[in-house]
Formats: sequence, C-alpha cells, structure tokens
Amino acid sequence: MIQTCDVVILGCGIVGSACALECARAGMKVAVIEQDTPGSGSTAAGMGHIVIMDDSPAQFALTSYSRSLWSQLAPELPLSVEYHACGTIWVAADSEERDEVHRKLATYTASGVPAEVLDSAALREAEPNLHHSLAGGLRIPDDAVLYPPTAAGYFMNQALRHSARLIYGRCVSAARGEVVLEDGTRLHANIIVNATGAVSPELTPGILVKKRKGHLIITDRYPGFLNHQLVELGYLKSAHSSTADSVAFNVQPRKTGQILIGSSRQFDDESSIVDHAIVAAMIDRAALYMPTIASLSALRIWSGFRAATPDKLPLIGPTEDPTLFLATGHEGLGITTSLATARLLLDHLLRRPSAIPLEPYLPSRMAMGVTHA
Amino acid sequence: MTESIQPKHFQTLVVGAGPAGIAAATSAAEAGSRVGLLDDNPDLGGQIWRTQLGKSGPDVSHGGGAEHWRNRLLASSVTRLQGWSVFDHPEPQTLRAERHETAADFTYDQLILATGARERFLPFPGWTLPNVMGVGAIQAMVKGGLPVRGKRIVIAGSGPLLLAVAATLQTAGAVVVCIAEQASLASLAPFALSLITDPAKILQGLRYKAATIDVPFHTSSWPLEARGTDRVTSVLLSLHGRTEEIRCDYLACAFHLVPNTELPALLGCRIEHGVAAQAAVVIDELQRTSAPNIFCAGEPTGIGGLELSLLEGEIAGLAAAGQSDKARRLLPKRKSMSRFAARLAKAFTLRSELKTLPTDATIVCRCEDVTFGRLRSHPSWRAAKLHTRCGMGPCQGRVCGAATSFLLGWNADSVRPPMFPALISSLTSTEKSTAPPNSD
Amino acid sequence: MPEPIQPEPTPPNPIRITIDHHPLTVEAGSTVAVAIAIAGLPCRTSVTGEPRGPLCAMGICFECRATVNGVAHRRTCQLLCEPGMEIFTQ
Repeated sequence: MIQTCDVVILGCGIVGSACALECARAGMKVAVIEQDTPGSGSTAAGMGHIVIMDDSPAQFALTSYSRSLWSQLAPELPLSVEYHACGTIWVAADSEERDEVHRKLATYTASGVPAEVLDSAALREAEPNLHHSLAGGLRIPDDAVLYPPTAAGYFMNQALRHSARLIYGRCVSAARGEVVLEDGTRLHANIIVNATGAVSPELTPGILVKKRKGHLIITDRYPGFLNHQLVELGYLKSAHSSTADSVAFNVQPRKTGQILIGSSRQFDDESSIVDHAIVAAMIDRAALYMPTIASLSALRIWSGFRAATPDKLPLIGPTEDPTLFLATGHEGLGITTSLATARLLLDHLLRRPSAIPLEPYLPSRMAMGVTHA
Repeated sequence: MTESIQPKHFQTLVVGAGPAGIAAATSAAEAGSRVGLLDDNPDLGGQIWRTQLGKSGPDVSHGGGAEHWRNRLLASSVTRLQGWSVFDHPEPQTLRAERHETAADFTYDQLILATGARERFLPFPGWTLPNVMGVGAIQAMVKGGLPVRGKRIVIAGSGPLLLAVAATLQTAGAVVVCIAEQASLASLAPFALSLITDPAKILQGLRYKAATIDVPFHTSSWPLEARGTDRVTSVLLSLHGRTEEIRCDYLACAFHLVPNTELPALLGCRIEHGVAAQAAVVIDELQRTSAPNIFCAGEPTGIGGLELSLLEGEIAGLAAAGQSDKARRLLPKRKSMSRFAARLAKAFTLRSELKTLPTDATIVCRCEDVTFGRLRSHPSWRAAKLHTRCGMGPCQGRVCGAATSFLLGWNADSVRPPMFPALISSLTSTEKSTAPPNSD
Repeated sequence: MPEPIQPEPTPPNPIRITIDHHPLTVEAGSTVAVAIAIAGLPCRTSVTGEPRGPLCAMGICFECRATVNGVAHRRTCQLLCEPGMEIFTQ
C-alpha cells in the first residue's frame, strides 16, 4: 500500500522530532520514520548542553538563535525533560586563556548575549570543586542543560497531537519523493527530510557527514557538587581537530544531582565499544581541572557518534533532488540547534524570510567549496 | 584518592567465593595451579554459606560440606582476595576490581566465573518499605548481626530457600509467623517424591522440616500488599485464595533466584535463555564457556542448587588446572544432579497471578522511583530505559530488569563496563596528578 | 525519626560508631547496614522521598547506600563496622 504525505522525516532524534513538530504545527501532513525508539541515536548519547558557541559567526548566529527558542519553550517543557538553566562557565587555565576570555566576552556582548568575566576568586566561589589555581572564566548564565531523549519524545508526542504519524521501521531508500522501508512499506512525499544524523550518508550517498565518536560517564547523585556546565577553553581546539583523537574537560550538573563527564572525539573508530584508553585520558583531563571528581562513583560509561561535517556547521536545506532536504551534520550541537534547524527548514519549505541567513548551512556549499567557518 | 596497585597474576583466577568458587579454587590449587579467589564480601561463603557473626568460616547449618570445603580451602595454597568488586575487563586476560577506594588489575591464564545468583524481587504495593527485604537477604542481615529474637517475621515468595531461611530465623529466636509459597501443593508434590528417592536430600529436607515443624507452610499463597508508614507493620497475604492481614516486624520476600550473568556477558561468554526464559551461561561438559580460557561454574550456568554448584566448581577447577580426566570422572554425578535441578526449577515455576500484583502506582525501578504504570506505556526495555531512566541507576537494572522480564517479557540489553559502580579514579590506570592543567 | 535503639546487653566485642551523629555500640563483625537497622533508621531516602533500607543485603540492589567516613554511596551491607566509623544516612 502506498501512503502519501506532505513531509516524511527520516529519524526521530532531537532534530527529526523538532522538524516534525514544526511542520505538523504548520498544518503539513507529516510522517516520521524511526528504526529504534525516539531519541535513541546520537540524541541519547550526547550531553544535552544548550550552549552558544563562538567558533564562527555562522555558529554563533545559529546557536544563539536556537538558544533563545529554547528559553521561550522552557516553561512548557515537562519535568521529564529536566531543563535546567544552570549556565556555562568557560574555564581559563592560565593567563593566556584568560586573555581569550576577554576576547570571547567582546563577541558575546556585541550580540547582546549576557556574559560575565570571573577572576580566579570568583571562579572558586562559583565552583568550589575546581582546582584552586585556575585563572578564571567566562560565565554565560542563560545556557542550559536537559535530558535529550525525553525532549525528543516530547516533540514527537506534540507532533502526534497535530496529526503527525510515527512509523517504526528502517528506511532503505529515500529519493525523488519516494521513501521505501525494509518491510516493503512505501510512502510518497512531496518533501523528504534526512535527519538520520551520523548515518545520514547511508540514505543520501555523497553527503559529507562522518561519524565522530564520543564517550561520556555519568556519576551517582552528588547534589551541590557542580553548579554550572564547565568547559575548558581548549574544548574548541578538540572539537576542531580534524584527525587526532582528543579529549577536553567538559562536565555537566544534571538536575538529578548526577554529574556527566566528557568529552572525547575520535574519527575512524566505528565500533560502539567503550575505548578504555580514551576514557582514562578523559578522566585524567577532568581530574586536572577538578581533582575531587576522582572520588565520585561512576554508574555508567557509554559511547556514541556525532554527525561531523568538514566545516563544523550543519547541513540544513535542499539538495539537488528537489524533494530531498537535509537536516543533519550537527556534530556536538544537535540539542542546541535542533529548534533553529526546524525553523530554518520550514523557512525553506514555505519560502518565507528566516531570522538568520540560510547560506552558511546550505548543503550546496560543500559542492561549491564555500565555507563560512 | 584511589591509588592503583601492582597487577596480580594467577594461573587460575576464580571470581566468587560461594560454594562453586570455593570448590573450584580448592580443586585447582590441589591440582597444582597457582590460584587467586576474588570475592566482593568481607568473608568467604557467598550467600548460602555466609559467615555467621562471631563465628569464623562459612555457615554450617545448611550442610552440604561447608566445614569440609572451608578447611580444604584454607589448607590449600589459594590466595584469598576478599572485598574486591570486579567491574571491568580493560584488556585481554585482565579483570579490574575495586576494594574500598583502591583499584587493581588481576591477570590470569585461566578464569573461572562463579558469580552465583541473586534473588528475584517482584514488585507489589508497599514492597519498598523498610524491613521488607529478600529471603536470603534477611538471613544475611541476621548473620551480619541483626537481632531478630522475638520479632515477628513473615516469609513469602518461592523456592527452597524459604524453608531454609525459616530454620535459620527460628534458631535466632524469631517468631516466624508463616511461610507463603506461591507454588501449588500439586506442583511441589513430584518434587517431594523425588526427595524421598535421594537420601542426601531427605536429610536436608528433614533438617529443615524438623526445625520448621510449627511454622504454617502455605502453598498457592503470595503477598498482596505490605503496609506501614516508615517501615512495614503488617502484610496482606493471599492464602489459598482467602485474604488475611498479618502483623509483622519483617517481611522476607523473594521469588527464587536469577543467575548473575553480567560478568560472563561482559567477557563475551555466550548466554542463552533456557528454563523459564532465564539467562544462563552456555558451557560444555567441562564447564568451558564460549570465550577462550574462561570457565563458568554454579548458578550462572543455570540455577541448580548447592550440590550441583560444588560439583561444577570441582569440575571447572580440575579442568582449568589441566586435569580433564579427573574432571570427567565427575560427569555422571553432575548429570543426575542436573536432572534434580531441572525438576526443582519446574516445581517452583512462577504463576501468572504474580504479574497482577503491582498496580500502576507501584514502584518497579527503585533507584529512579519509576512506577509500573509509566513503564508499561513503553514498547520495550530499551524505550522504557531511555524515557523513564528505569535501569539507569546504581543497580544497573539488576532488580528492575528481573522484575520487568517476568512482568512484561522484556529482555535487558547488553552489558557495558563498569559492571558495578566504581570510583572515577578506578576507571583510569595512571597516578593522579595534583598539578594544575596549565603546568603541562 | 525514631530514637536510636541500644542493643541490650552490651556486646562482648563492642565497636563504637556514630550514625547521623548518634553514638551506637555494635558487636564486632556487624555490617554497617545492620548497625543502621539497629539504630532504627532507614539507610537512605529515595528520589521521591521514600525511606529505604536493604533489599538484597548482598551488594546488588544499592538500597543500603549510606555515607561512611565521608564517602557517599557505600554499600553498607558488605561493609563491616570499624571503630570510630562515622556514618550518615543519605
């Protein structure tokens, strides 16, 4: 039997589900294809950090636009999403990094994003468990954290309320207005959106998305141990490295009182097995910044894959196939930029003005060799 | 702060110092192997042979040769490593374990897994009240010094352990009000008959029966609700279909045993779902698992009771030490014991009424306080875990996983390290630097 | 909260510990979980505020967690009492 929809979205992760809700609210007939359970891919593996990143103007624009959408949405989110506007502190280890803090401050304040420099003493007061000799940091009070799988689940449930459909199955082909599932189900769609994240090249061959493995550890409950998400300034170096394995200090206080410890990045390891050596390196790095973290009880360790593009920006927009759009390649910012991605996608579909320029995220930039990073 | 200590190497490393592990370690050592015996308790004995307060060595009241095996073990060259909780397998032939705040790596040529079993807990209203605990659990607490003299205790659930523990509690001076066994008299009858054909088991049976002769033993009975405010004060029981409320200080309730297959799974041993959909480690006649150089003995290969565990431990120990011929001589005995074990499992099969005990408001995941109603709105364990966080707490799904397996037919997903919660410092092998990050 | 109960008579091999600042004397070889039970206290409070005590008493269920000598989340059912131990229910 062939079904017809306005939009078929492949993948019910945070990006797919956000897109589904946006399209369904706009009155489109939406079907979402999910092979496991909503929010079970990279969405389940990641840190759930809603953060403004300043590694490029385009990244800054996308993350700050999306963060503001999250702030507006926050009051209606159910408790299970565990949204918590705890803020981020970018931690400076030495005087060189402290200078960088001031440069960052200029970028944030120029765009009207509240940010505050902390000297060494203020940093220690804000986060007593940090090493006492750190130079200071930049506090971004409106950054937030949440638990991603329930956020994706919430978006999908809201989409269902607007008559969207969720179809469990594995997509085997998606092009020229036709989606075929493993069990033989066929759907005709005016628009297909590939939001399958780290595996999106499987359905749209040739797109420049690579798997970038990461690891996280979650601890037992230690209320009051950590107040903000803490990220070392070297994080961006780690995120930008195109080949080497790297770790960076990145820890998050969950609303439950549990601490999430990250982060690691590896290319060329496609196995989902926990890599002991890189986990040890990640812990060693974290313990340099936060020695007392070593005495916490770890409950679980897991790995996952980010969808990485060459210029660190996602692919949002049309492909050469007029029916096929992409909403993928979000690397470590999928949670943050999911809401903006959904808005920009709809801007494309409805050909309406967008809040930020669309060009930096166009899939066609790759073919043309244009980057905005 | 954790310090990593020097790795320890053994020709044969045994994990678990219950009956199977004790028999395995002793047999291997007597056969000339250099043996290490790792266990996470302060003393020998595992659960069934747990050391009694003030007495040294395993509890002898359960018979089956505890005294004999203890003496043989202590006379052997086995290196006993008590208090170590194995949580990871970071490299081939290596186990990482934690004791207090110290982590250490133990390496081996041959590994024998004798990780035993844990009790199966099924949720019912009020089961989370303090002083509601397992059956083996209350025995462990009594052995750990819990005073129960004069206390009213109701025992419920299923399995031969109910009778065994009733005996221990009476000896400790408790008032065992009654035993509520969910199995029917009809399903226990064949079991009782076969007991009569086996003299060793008659003795065991009589010992318990004699001690519990004045404890009402109800079949086709189960708990409906534990009542109380800050601890249990009474339990509502279904006794042969009629409901009765019984005052009690403790409710000891558990439904037979679930094998501890997590470490075998982590090590890559093949696990199959056999009797009553229970996971069991697949072994050959010499207790070898599908993973090279790894043996498994006792309950993880299938719940079979004390004597089968001892025999399997002996077979594994001899085989690991290279004495396969000697091990093979024990095979006929094991075959007949396995048949007994299978009859035992069948007699105590859990009835479907137990699936109706929890209400939607009953907590199933105790680590994250997830109710039955929230759980059963999801199609699978994985979806439930992701969206309710059931199974993401420190018990890592050991309690709620067994419960949802029975209640909803769900199977838990694969095992990842750490197999038990471990300190962050135990997850890394290097010495901790106290220098700040800008100094490198 | 119920008053801590002192076991009668004084144990032959006494070990003195404190639980939530209350002094308690237990017999050598007692586990911390048992000491907390003798004191009439739950080991911990669950995430929705329920009092909890040991369920499995063999290191599997983690319901017996308490803070011992400054270290949180210790499984008290497998921990023997030692002189001077400071225990806090969680």
